[in-house]
Amino acid sequence: MIRSNVLSRQKRVVLRRAGSIDPYNIEEYIAEDGYFALGQALGEMTPEGVLEAIKDSGLQGRGGAGFPTGLKWSFVAQQSAEKTRYIICNADESEPGTFKDRLIMEGDPHAVLEGMALAGYAVGANEGWIYIRGEYEMSRDILERAVSQAEELNLLGDDIFGSGFSFHIHVHAGAGAYVCGEETALLESLEGKRGVPRIRPPYPTVRGFRGQPTVVNNVETLANVAPIILNGSEWFRAIGTARSPGTKVYSILGDVNVTGLVETPMGTTLREIIELHGGGMKGGKAFKAAQTGGASGTIIPAEMLDVPLDFASMRESGAGLGSGALLICDEDTDMVDLAYVLMRFFENESCGKCTPCRVGTAQMLEALDRLRRGTARRADLERLEEIAKYVQVSSFCGLGQAAPVPILTALRYFREEFESRLRD
Amino acid sequence: MEEVLAATDRVIDAHKADRETLVEILREVNDENGHLTRDDLQRIAERTNLPLSEVYSVASFYSLISLEPLGRHVIRLCQDAPCHVAGGREVREALEHELGIPFGETTVDEQWSLLTTSCIGACAVGPVMMVDNDIFGNLTPEKAREIIARYREADVQDVTPTPQGG
Repeated sequence: MIRSNVLSRQKRVVLRRAGSIDPYNIEEYIAEDGYFALGQALGEMTPEGVLEAIKDSGLQGRGGAGFPTGLKWSFVAQQSAEKTRYIICNADESEPGTFKDRLIMEGDPHAVLEGMALAGYAVGANEGWIYIRGEYEMSRDILERAVSQAEELNLLGDDIFGSGFSFHIHVHAGAGAYVCGEETALLESLEGKRGVPRIRPPYPTVRGFRGQPTVVNNVETLANVAPIILNGSEWFRAIGTARSPGTKVYSILGDVNVTGLVETPMGTTLREIIELHGGGMKGGKAFKAAQTGGASGTIIPAEMLDVPLDFASMRESGAGLGSGALLICDEDTDMVDLAYVLMRFFENESCGKCTPCRVGTAQMLEALDRLRRGTARRADLERLEEIAKYVQVSSFCGLGQAAPVPILTALRYFREEFESRLRD
Repeated sequence: MEEVLAATDRVIDAHKADRETLVEILREVNDENGHLTRDDLQRIAERTNLPLSEVYSVASFYSLISLEPLGRHVIRLCQDAPCHVAGGREVREALEHELGIPFGETTVDEQWSLLTTSCIGACAVGPVMMVDNDIFGNLTPEKAREIIARYREADVQDVTPTPQGG
């Protein structure tokens, strides 16, 4: 009863089977239209047709950046025919506050595998890799079993359904490094090296895994592929907003009554998510701020509770949707302490390759520590803001570029709270 | 020496032992032995045809690979924002007090190592910690102390306690 109430307010596309089927049993997936999209694609559609359907759907990458998936695929598809291509599923989910990919993989693993096979067919790849973070042992176990069950039924492997198309999937576990979620660092790590980012361009779509054209897609993105092929791109575009079609999976955390995952159409507002899905603010306290998109996300105030949560609207408001983590903070939250804890994460996870990020995160952490302890002067705050801007524009990869975002946005909306902690 | 490295060789034998499998080999030897010794790194370097410096460089990069011996049990407490605001700081203090060591160290009797970790993807039940490979959520200082007590008790009886998520 409670479950049906909770679900009736959601729109479940990628989570529609999670929790209702046995992830260890491929037959339960097949019984709910599993591998029908792959069968339909291989039997009735050309690779170009699959690619067009994904392009037409307007699907955007769900890892955080919101890049059009069909466009990314087309970059790989148009590479010279002699080149080996790869499909890589970025399952190195480690953005603090984010656990959607883990629950998709553990609840409905074949949805990810089927999406990868469809991507492979569309771009001419016969090999896929799932790079899964080292701490996610259960996800790895479930995916490995799913791959072998699918191979037994020839839903993966050589000459799938007798179509002539072959697709093999390998599951690879990481060894603990947040930066490996950055796609070029992920590729380095998959090749057995330190997970430090590569210079871009060339982008992975041109020179990726083993130097070959590579699609790197997030778990949630891939889980959207089979439903689009099965139901059509028009069906998908009817969900969500015109500029960001489809649903988004959010993790709601912090000072709300109900924490957890919800899937709603793109464009739902933060207020609706807190009230309808989060059960309202805990203890009836007032909303103060939310951090959207994980540790690297923006901190937004109450005035932005009614901004539609989709990639374009958020960007226009100077905020980001990111991975879909929503950390809700009530009136008692100490923003300086929060900024400190967030910077501690980046200081710890900076890979050390470039100076702005390696040194800048340490300097920002030190300044925030002084602010937190009440020993900072006005000049320290000015310096903190200056360093934050430098690090944002001059860091080598997304990690360093995003690390100052929480501080800069917290300062934009809660400056007086930082100033109230100064000694002078 | 050869006997000491038998487990390391077994792991290497199971792989192609090339550049691409280096991280997997390092991690599996680490999981087998608890950490990697200089001799392990040397052997892996020889058999993968990579310089020792390169093998060391890769091994030192990843947080799940340790170049120092750790305790019988390794606690990894998440210290990121969602766990922090849910009461993680109090749990942190309780763990340090209970084990008598600060984070980053191992007890003198080599039973416990106390480490922090970045987010482990169980934020809805924060604060969260991993004890070896098991995840415990909804922690309070009291619950954290109880979990340690259960492991201590189980060690005496030589059984593994069952984790409880909520």
